[in-house]
Amino acid sequence: MYTPKKHEPVRIGFYICHCGTNIAGMVDVQAVAKYVAALPNVVLSRDYKYMCSDPGQEMIVQDIIEHRLNRIVVAACSPLLHEHTFREATRRGGLNPFFFQMVNIREHDSWVHTDRQLATRKAMALSRAAIQRVPLHKPLEVKKVSINPNVLIVGGGIAGIHAALVLANAGKQVYLVERDPTIGGHMAKFDKTFPTLDCAMCVLSPKMAAAGSHPNITLWSYSEVVKVDGYVGNFKVTVRRKPRYVLEDLCTGCQECVEACIYKEPKFRDEFNLGLGKRKPVFLPFPQAIPPVVLIDPETCIELKTGKCKKTCVEACGDRKAIDFKQKEELREITVGTIIVATGFQIFDARRTPYYGYGIYPNVYNALEVERLVNASGPTGGEIVLRNGQVPKKVAIIHCVGSRDENSNRWCSRVCCLYSLKLAHLIHEHTQAEIYNFYIDIRTPGKSMEEFYCRIAEEGINLIRGRVADVYPDPSDGATGRLIVQAEDTMLDCIMKVPVDMVVLSVGLEPHPDTEKIRRLFNKSCSSEGWFLERHPKLAPVSTFTDGIFLAGCCQGPKDIPDSVAQAGAAAAEAFSLIDKGNIELEPNTAFVVEAECSGCKSCIPLCPYTAISLLADKKKAYINEALCKGCGTCVAACPSGSIVQNLFEDAEIFNEIDGLLEPTLV
Amino acid sequence: MENETPPPSGNGSWSPRIIAFFCNWCTYTAADLAGVSRMKYAANTRTIRLMCSGRVDPQFVLEAFARGADGVLIGGCHPNDCHYGEGNYKMLRRFALLQRMLQDLGIGAERLRLEWISAAEGEKVKSVINDMVKKITVLGPLDLPGKCADWDREVTRLEPSVAPSQPPFESEVTHA
Repeated sequence: MYTPKKHEPVRIGFYICHCGTNIAGMVDVQAVAKYVAALPNVVLSRDYKYMCSDPGQEMIVQDIIEHRLNRIVVAACSPLLHEHTFREATRRGGLNPFFFQMVNIREHDSWVHTDRQLATRKAMALSRAAIQRVPLHKPLEVKKVSINPNVLIVGGGIAGIHAALVLANAGKQVYLVERDPTIGGHMAKFDKTFPTLDCAMCVLSPKMAAAGSHPNITLWSYSEVVKVDGYVGNFKVTVRRKPRYVLEDLCTGCQECVEACIYKEPKFRDEFNLGLGKRKPVFLPFPQAIPPVVLIDPETCIELKTGKCKKTCVEACGDRKAIDFKQKEELREITVGTIIVATGFQIFDARRTPYYGYGIYPNVYNALEVERLVNASGPTGGEIVLRNGQVPKKVAIIHCVGSRDENSNRWCSRVCCLYSLKLAHLIHEHTQAEIYNFYIDIRTPGKSMEEFYCRIAEEGINLIRGRVADVYPDPSDGATGRLIVQAEDTMLDCIMKVPVDMVVLSVGLEPHPDTEKIRRLFNKSCSSEGWFLERHPKLAPVSTFTDGIFLAGCCQGPKDIPDSVAQAGAAAAEAFSLIDKGNIELEPNTAFVVEAECSGCKSCIPLCPYTAISLLADKKKAYINEALCKGCGTCVAACPSGSIVQNLFEDAEIFNEIDGLLEPTLV
Repeated sequence: MENETPPPSGNGSWSPRIIAFFCNWCTYTAADLAGVSRMKYAANTRTIRLMCSGRVDPQFVLEAFARGADGVLIGGCHPNDCHYGEGNYKMLRRFALLQRMLQDLGIGAERLRLEWISAAEGEKVKSVINDMVKKITVLGPLDLPGKCADWDREVTRLEPSVAPSQPPFESEVTHA
């Protein structure tokens, strides 16, 4: 590769991109090209319609050869988008790729300004800064980091399970960590799935079982990630395994202990059924739970609380000896190269919209509770009965609870219209009840979804366009728990008061309350709503700003099962491509110490978050371990003698940029 | 001091020039997002991308003022969100130092602004820049290069009247 000699004159090639009209519409690109052409060291200055196109890149390659260019500046979009493209072109022309500098005149200029003259002048100043900076660029070598082939997947919902299976089937070692005692996530709670109305558990349980028994998957349920250190290729992760008081390898899942428990009847709130059913202190969350291992709840188990139980469960377990009341939580450390975060969502707490009466009137349910009621393995065995044991004859389903609402969440949760239609169908099928769906708009995009909507609408449910204002007890009869749903029918322009036996709230999807904690753990960004932020909304939808960490499922935003699965596959493929490449190239933006200038004052040492700086005992000089340095530049800014240099961001380069930006003629 | 306000530069109407130092991971990305979302804001800032707000050397800020900036904006990740753990806290310390220095130098602490802007807050990039341009416009031009040139001229003009004719002070010290 060609490296210009030290005293060889600098020959800059400057290119400004029209980006169709994206840039040229607001910036006079010819004027900028003309302005730059007159600047020192500039040999060539061109404007071109699409610099990132093949001919655009080829132009750079040819110009380097023909005009013996040794520096390249491209004024176009954000370096976060195309810096790599143009570095590659620079390299193909035979130059070290770091003799390239990018100027952002699209995201930071043409797209955000409205005055063509000002935008053009800003583009000139930004270009000038790069032209002044680039002569100081040095040839650099990219650092390669090897990728540990193991993958951590956080969250065992459908997204996490699918990603785990894709990777495990390809022969990669996967750690699947799930917070709950079983994998399955929200999907395991659903009865049927739209638009096909196939049974959720029937399609999910084979995948759960496959994940549970796969030789390449280490499944840690009832576990949480507590610490993540390191970086892409080499993350050190600490996982806390909560005690189940049952030894996983010895328990056969026979549930004889549950049968034998000193509590003859299930007595405690069953979390899986959202409190609609009861369980014992020792329990299996649901029949298809994976791992099929019971657990003991320390809050309700007499032995764990008082140590004075007859321990009939231990007796029943017998020779299997799977029950261990002395089990303690364990911290496990693992090393992985990539991480997929699939931590899912929580449903909107309908108590935040008190006018719908959730938590006040017993006959108001949220949609997830109704999923359990409809489900054959649910607390009622699939019969839709109210808390008083009666079968509802009239049911209202209220859409957009906690969605599209300035007072709670502004976003559309995307799945509620469809699951509301599904529940309308299921409730009607089970009870022959008359159904009223109150909606703002019906939103059913996606393959086969509109057809599903039409099908359900034709089944004879009442679709009423209008936001429900109030739900209150029927004053004419206080005893039966009948409710009045009051809404404005905006089609008929009248106020409706519909007496119903049951109200179903179609609650929206929300980020987990501990999103903040998870985000910090993995050093990720969140949107203002609390969903994890993808690297690019269109072109990098499962990547994050932290290399090696990917996203899948609803933790990135509300989506349905097909989309979660698709995203999980994409995240697995992204992780896979890193693993199979074997290494990742890192920006060579690390810092180093110019020994001759270091006074050994040690100011830099405590500043480094990666403890990459040490004092050479013999020389009394600071030394930066390049392998540990991540290139933040904090030590560089703090060095009192200016003896630390950061590659790509040298002091002199920044000073030249400042000077170029403030060129007096470009006021 | 004469010439306290420098003549308006450019095409007659003065408008502030602000140098912005944005960290790669949060604020620079937020500015990209503002662009992608086609938010409109004042064209007075010129951004320099750094990997972390912790890379902002106080000298960069002083250099920007010395070269003619009317304001300097530093954008970093929110506390606890720094891509590198704590670079933004290091910046916060330097910010406190710089504010005192700028006050003492007569530049004014209010010409330097530090903002935490996450990658999702394109809207905040817009509002912060617009607000800052408004405030710096009220403060008026700083024009440090112009002032320095004025002081130089003044010194040059006064030089002849100081040096030769004055009797040395030595006489006062001799008789002790």
